[in-house]
Amino acid sequence: MWSMIREAGAGLRRNLSMVISIVLVTFISLTFVGAAILLQMQINQMKNYWYDKAQVAVYLCTGYEQAPLCPDGKVTDEQKTAIEATLKSEELAPLIKEYFFEDEATAYKNFKEQFSGSDVATYVEADQLGQTFWVSLVDPSKSEVIAQAFSDTAGVSSVKDQRTYLDQIFQVLNGASLAAIGVAVLMLLCAVLLISTTIRLSAFARRKELGIMRFVGASNLYIQTPFVLEGIASALFGSLLAGGALVLVVKYFVRDYLVTAMPYVSFIQISDALIVWPVIVGFGVLLAGFSSALAIRRYLRV
Amino acid sequence: MISFSGVTKQYRGTTKPALDNVSLNVDKGEFVFLVGASGSGKSTLLRLALKEEKATVGEIFILGQDVGAISSRKVPFYRRKLGVVFQDFRLLPNKTTYQNVAFALQATGKSRGFIQEAVPDVLKLVGLTGKEARMPHELSGGEQQRVALARAVVNKPAVLLADEPTGNLDPMTSQGIMALLERINAGGTTILMATHDTMIVDRMNKRVVELSAGHIVRDDEHSTYGGI
Ligand SMILES: Nc1ncnc2c1ncn2[C@@H]1O[C@H](COP(=O)(O)OP(=O)(O)O)[C@@H](O)[C@H]1O
Ligand SMILES: [Mg+2]
Repeated sequence: MWSMIREAGAGLRRNLSMVISIVLVTFISLTFVGAAILLQMQINQMKNYWYDKAQVAVYLCTGYEQAPLCPDGKVTDEQKTAIEATLKSEELAPLIKEYFFEDEATAYKNFKEQFSGSDVATYVEADQLGQTFWVSLVDPSKSEVIAQAFSDTAGVSSVKDQRTYLDQIFQVLNGASLAAIGVAVLMLLCAVLLISTTIRLSAFARRKELGIMRFVGASNLYIQTPFVLEGIASALFGSLLAGGALVLVVKYFVRDYLVTAMPYVSFIQISDALIVWPVIVGFGVLLAGFSSALAIRRYLRV
Repeated sequence: MISFSGVTKQYRGTTKPALDNVSLNVDKGEFVFLVGASGSGKSTLLRLALKEEKATVGEIFILGQDVGAISSRKVPFYRRKLGVVFQDFRLLPNKTTYQNVAFALQATGKSRGFIQEAVPDVLKLVGLTGKEARMPHELSGGEQQRVALARAVVNKPAVLLADEPTGNLDPMTSQGIMALLERINAGGTTILMATHDTMIVDRMNKRVVELSAGHIVRDDEHSTYGGI
């Protein structure tokens, strides 16, 4: 075994520039793989956090809407009673976890709090901010039912699912993770080709020795192992670097910067990056072992 | 021990077979010369025995094994039972005498203890004691072939295949190698040696099988290169 490790080491030194390129290519490709995984983790974390809190807003007419919304002007008390009755009706009640009514005064208070110190707060009057029924659903994905139930109810200006705002954010994040996967696939292809070329060159340089091994009866495993080790060692180094880079990005960019910059968003932890590290190292090692074993096969044929 | 029956070998892309319907039996402990002009098929016959090539037609049995039926995974284990030497020695240039012989044992998974015992023994047999640390380029041709022979017999194979082992050596040195082969043969190893060295064959007075254009044209006990 020691002699095999020494052979692999000699092979690595012989092709130093190729080995450096393998290290770099696996480093970059696996960083992208890991970034895609971390982005998915981030998306899931945000979904878990926000989807449960997301509500459906049934906005009532303020009287300031543009036609054709709210032809009757500001919502009346009878209309409000009718809307609340619909929320309590047999069809809707089982779908609704809870709802609460936000009147103009509360909306105004919340608005003032949110924009305190800004000029907007002084211009806006309480009756410009409408009244709203905030509805939490048992199954947050069923918001369509609420929208339909109030589609032409008198006194309702519009129905908005907060999840539609979230979905836009998730689409952007998903797009970014898809792009990372795309780059990763291309770079992984480069890595595989580079590893097999390097191993072939290495085998070609040692073809005489391989020939001797074959006629003295060395087993395929004995012949193959130094080459596979050679491929794995270079990829191992690259994937360790990639894992390290991801941990640093999560620590310094996500935890130290984003968490303070966006305090309302729940972000992935360093522990998530530490989970991804062994995953990409394992992936890199498997990939390298597989491509070098494949590359050396031609020299094993009897 | 070695048996070819109706063996034909046609290389891909050639029109004439390199071996054509060859049948040959070699018993345990025999010393057989395989003679014939260049291109007559001697190396091909040895390569078939080593399963470096596959017979197109016919059956080969060596050491009781159907050579054609050995799976490629089992080929290394089959080859460990055979010794081989070539005209060009095929030593590793960056390894010493000792390492070149030990390499064959390491590659077949022998223990360190076994290697430390077997290598000096076989180097003594071939007369290279004291030259263990030499690199191949520090050895004469004859000495290099002795290293190759040591490597071939260190596993104590029952069969030794030799493809023109004296082809690169002067007559005096060749004599030494032949004496060594005779000693190995006397120890019970069956030897099949391809050569076109007339003088050697004539002097040894062993069984001679002559190939011509892929056919066996002569097979005589205690014979000479050209026949009687
Ligand atoms: N790998 C090969 N591919 C095609 N033809 C070959 C190959 N090896 C040998 N031959 C042909 O087979 C014939 C026998 O060759 P060989 O067995 O090497 O003869 P010898 O060893 O008696 O000189 C020759 O005609 C040679 O050209
Ligand atoms: Mg030949």
